[in-house]
Amino acid sequence: MKILVCISHVPDTTSKINFTNGDSEFDTTGVQYVINPNDEFGLTRAIWFQEQQGATVTVVNVGGPETEPTLRKALAIGANEAIRINANPADGFFVAKQLAEVIKNGGYDIIIAGKESLDYNGGMVPGMIAGILGYNFLNSCVSLTVEGTNVKAVREIDGGKETVSTALPLIIGCQKGLVEEKDLRIPNMRGIMTARTKTLSIVEPITAEVNTKAVKFEKPAAKSAVKLISSDNLDELINLLHNEAKVI
Amino acid sequence: MSILIYAEYAEGKFKKVALELASYAKKVAETLGTTVTAVTINAGDVSELSKYGVDKVLKVNNDKLSGFTAKAYADVIKQAAQKEASKLILLSSTTDSLYLSSLVAVALEAGFTSNVVGLPVSTSPFQVKRTAFSNKAFNTTEITTDIKILGLAKNSYGIFENASTLTQEDFNPTIGENDFGVKVESVEKGSGKVSIADADIVVSGGRGLKGPENWGMIEELASVLGAATACSKPVSDLGWRPHGEHVGQTGKPVATNLYIAIGISGAIQHIAGVNSSKVKVVINSDPEAPFFKVADYGIVGDAFEIVPKLIEKLKAFKAQHS
Repeated sequence: MKILVCISHVPDTTSKINFTNGDSEFDTTGVQYVINPNDEFGLTRAIWFQEQQGATVTVVNVGGPETEPTLRKALAIGANEAIRINANPADGFFVAKQLAEVIKNGGYDIIIAGKESLDYNGGMVPGMIAGILGYNFLNSCVSLTVEGTNVKAVREIDGGKETVSTALPLIIGCQKGLVEEKDLRIPNMRGIMTARTKTLSIVEPITAEVNTKAVKFEKPAAKSAVKLISSDNLDELINLLHNEAKVI
Repeated sequence: MSILIYAEYAEGKFKKVALELASYAKKVAETLGTTVTAVTINAGDVSELSKYGVDKVLKVNNDKLSGFTAKAYADVIKQAAQKEASKLILLSSTTDSLYLSSLVAVALEAGFTSNVVGLPVSTSPFQVKRTAFSNKAFNTTEITTDIKILGLAKNSYGIFENASTLTQEDFNPTIGENDFGVKVESVEKGSGKVSIADADIVVSGGRGLKGPENWGMIEELASVLGAATACSKPVSDLGWRPHGEHVGQTGKPVATNLYIAIGISGAIQHIAGVNSSKVKVVINSDPEAPFFKVADYGIVGDAFEIVPKLIEKLKAFKAQHS
């Protein structure tokens, strides 16, 4: 079983978000980058398949050389090899086309991607890969088991869960629940050392159109200060919610 | 050239997001000088859509589509868009619509932008405002393709009546066997509980509640308000509450009218997840808790004393106002 895990290189969730160059670009000053959390849940599940069912795990990212430490971290966690597609991830469709090309050439059985990245939050790459390749696709995936080419999986739906059956090849958009937070792995020294010698191949991008572009960024307007209400005066809270905020 | 919307219908009625989408589509259609067509799948009475400005409904009734199947539903929407020669397709941000939208985008070679808030900033070039960086920022995105798809963020525009004369038409798109590669075996849904996705009000608890045994008052408060229950990340990581309730950057985003945070300090990742909610109330014993910086109303005090009192007062209020 060959698994490909798509990795986004995103600012750490605690990062302060600022913009530069006339608010047209994200300000990377002082920002720490991490494996996109949704992707990390997927990677962790992939490593489980590697250890329990003999799968090989490749990680892939679309980005410049600055994203390589993130791929090396995935290798230190246990992925067998890494691919960097040497292109600026201009938009979701562009990224999906690049990944689809690598998938076609690599013959993967399972493609795992986080259901969205925590920077741009497009939430479209896994579905677009599926659309391009015609593979089976499950989004918001919170459980995945494979026997031969048969797959049982669970999808989170609004207000509950849905169990599905499908077959390989399969693409999932995954999220927390696929593995638990406590299952996430911190690379150990041995992992970090071996990651240095694992293959990280660089693939040049194919020509693909860019359909959308971010032209400007802005931060939410500053909020007015909180209205504090005494705990002895809950009637006042109800009054404000009813008459001022008009939400109850 | 009509604007196409997919109007989701469940449990005998249109979802609120469908009415919001119709309201939004009508406004954009007025700007562009065109009309609104809705495609529905196994919906009952569709006349309600005319109240919100829909001019035409393409009604698809097909037993094969009785359960949600992303690929088949995406195929229906694609064919509806082709039939109407739609250049602009609007979808909502429910789990199902998010699932199918990227498939529609590929099928139509369309530029797709999700999490859209507000009307287009400009229609030529076509630019929309959307949330990014998990609600910590907005970004204006330009779509350069001929066919464009927008995913409208929930509760970002509102529902507005704008009556139209509705024509209805039966529509029979071709559904192939290969649309059903993913088969639903079973569905597990909390009965009688409001889901976070559908809720106007969410009551959320954090580690300040000390243990899962203390969630009774959270559920009771939610029940009085007709609200959904939610929790912070530590609470779901500790297994006090199911993952489905975790709101925040790596959990669910919440865009409700009212979000009540009880015993939640307000880590940056949690705030990011709830920032799109219109009114935020915090109840916390620590006046330094970061949540007070982003809340509209706050009470400093012991949740175990305040919440039961609040429940009683709200019951009285509801009795008076119902």
